[in-house]
Amino acid sequence: MNRFFDIPSDLQHSWAGLIGLHLREALLPVLGGLLLALPLAQLCVRLRWLYPPVLWVTTVLYAIPSLAFFVVLIDYTGQTETTVMIPLTVYTLVVLVPAIVDGVRSVPQETLAAATAMGFGPVRRYVQVQLPIAVPAIIAGLRVATVSSISLVSVGTLIGNQGALGNLLHDATIYNRPELAWNAVLTMAVLAILADALLVGLRVLLTPWMPSGTAGRADLRVRKEAVAP
Amino acid sequence: MNVLHYVQAFFSDHAHWQGYDGIPTRVGEHIGYTLEALALAALIGLPVGLLTGHFGRGGNTLSLIATAARALPTFGLLVLMTMLIGFGMLPVMIPLVVLAVPPILVTTYEAVRSVDRSPVDAARGMGMREAGVLLRVELPVALPLILGGLRSAAIQIVSTATIAAYVSLGGLGRYIVDGLYQRDYEKVVGGATLVAGLALVTLGLFWAVGRVAVSAGVRRSN
Repeated sequence: MNRFFDIPSDLQHSWAGLIGLHLREALLPVLGGLLLALPLAQLCVRLRWLYPPVLWVTTVLYAIPSLAFFVVLIDYTGQTETTVMIPLTVYTLVVLVPAIVDGVRSVPQETLAAATAMGFGPVRRYVQVQLPIAVPAIIAGLRVATVSSISLVSVGTLIGNQGALGNLLHDATIYNRPELAWNAVLTMAVLAILADALLVGLRVLLTPWMPSGTAGRADLRVRKEAVAP
Repeated sequence: MNVLHYVQAFFSDHAHWQGYDGIPTRVGEHIGYTLEALALAALIGLPVGLLTGHFGRGGNTLSLIATAARALPTFGLLVLMTMLIGFGMLPVMIPLVVLAVPPILVTTYEAVRSVDRSPVDAARGMGMREAGVLLRVELPVALPLILGGLRSAAIQIVSTATIAAYVSLGGLGRYIVDGLYQRDYEKVVGGATLVAGLALVTLGLFWAVGRVAVSAGVRRSN
């Protein structure tokens, strides 16, 4: 058990340090992706013809393996955290844009008409009516994006020690210490599950009008028109 | 040199089109890994999703299992499996199947659950057995969504099967991993382009399967 947390010195971090690094590399792209996806999705809701091409482009980008993405970016951003975070932001968009578009579109026409009749302008209607109703769908998207982001950071180890907890995997093979690989896999899995649970909690906080039993179903809700995964 | 130059240089080089490390060989290997992983994942996800969806039980358990499976890092699992059971096909298939089962399982379950209850009750009222209700009423109506889940899984596998190269197997990941170590960006970009192209072909194939397999009545009502 001692050897489990005995991190080789070449990683220049303690176990807790690697966790902090990992969370930063995984969560900043999700945040950036959300900030990009909100206006992009709003544009897709406004201009319906824009939605299919946006889905196709993001799906093709999504299909590019993360390692290839990293290697190509090294030319521009070097062997840094930025190189890992740019592709993760792009992958986040693929999940979030359809989630937000479907969420906003699922708001019933009567609700919108009622808001307009109460004198809500387009901006206020979007922020105070459409977005809150879309929260369960947006959070469902954020859950998938966050969990896959935490998993993908580890590939950064292949471009030279930029994988945070994933660097343990590289050390596990060169020092032939499987317990380091166990540590990496289990720590990442626990981080992902904790982040997922926090997002579920956030949804419960943000949608006090939903009965907690049915709110859970919203995560599994299947999107009928989505082209992207 | 920008990315497009790399793409052009890679595909116009005759050496990349033949032999052991040629594009046809690598594409063939990649398709092989993808089909194997998708078949294994479908073999697990489809029956379980169909049955739980039909009986309407275990939705929460399924969502827990899917969350846990998603939380396992694919690349980390590959390294761990290789250390535990050595090099070969099995340590590559395990992470790919773990990656692909959740979308298939969850979508299939939800697709069957979302089938309109009235035709299902009508089928029962006409004396159809449970297996008939599932296979001849619920499955055809749920098929478009089930195909959507399989499509998500297939695209993720196509993109992720590149990790096979990291443990000395073939496939399109070879170009990416070898290109990385040889500092040959032409190869990396070429490999990534082929993977993205294969993903587009996959999207097209699923669209075509949907046209053929989904009954006209179901398509009209959507």
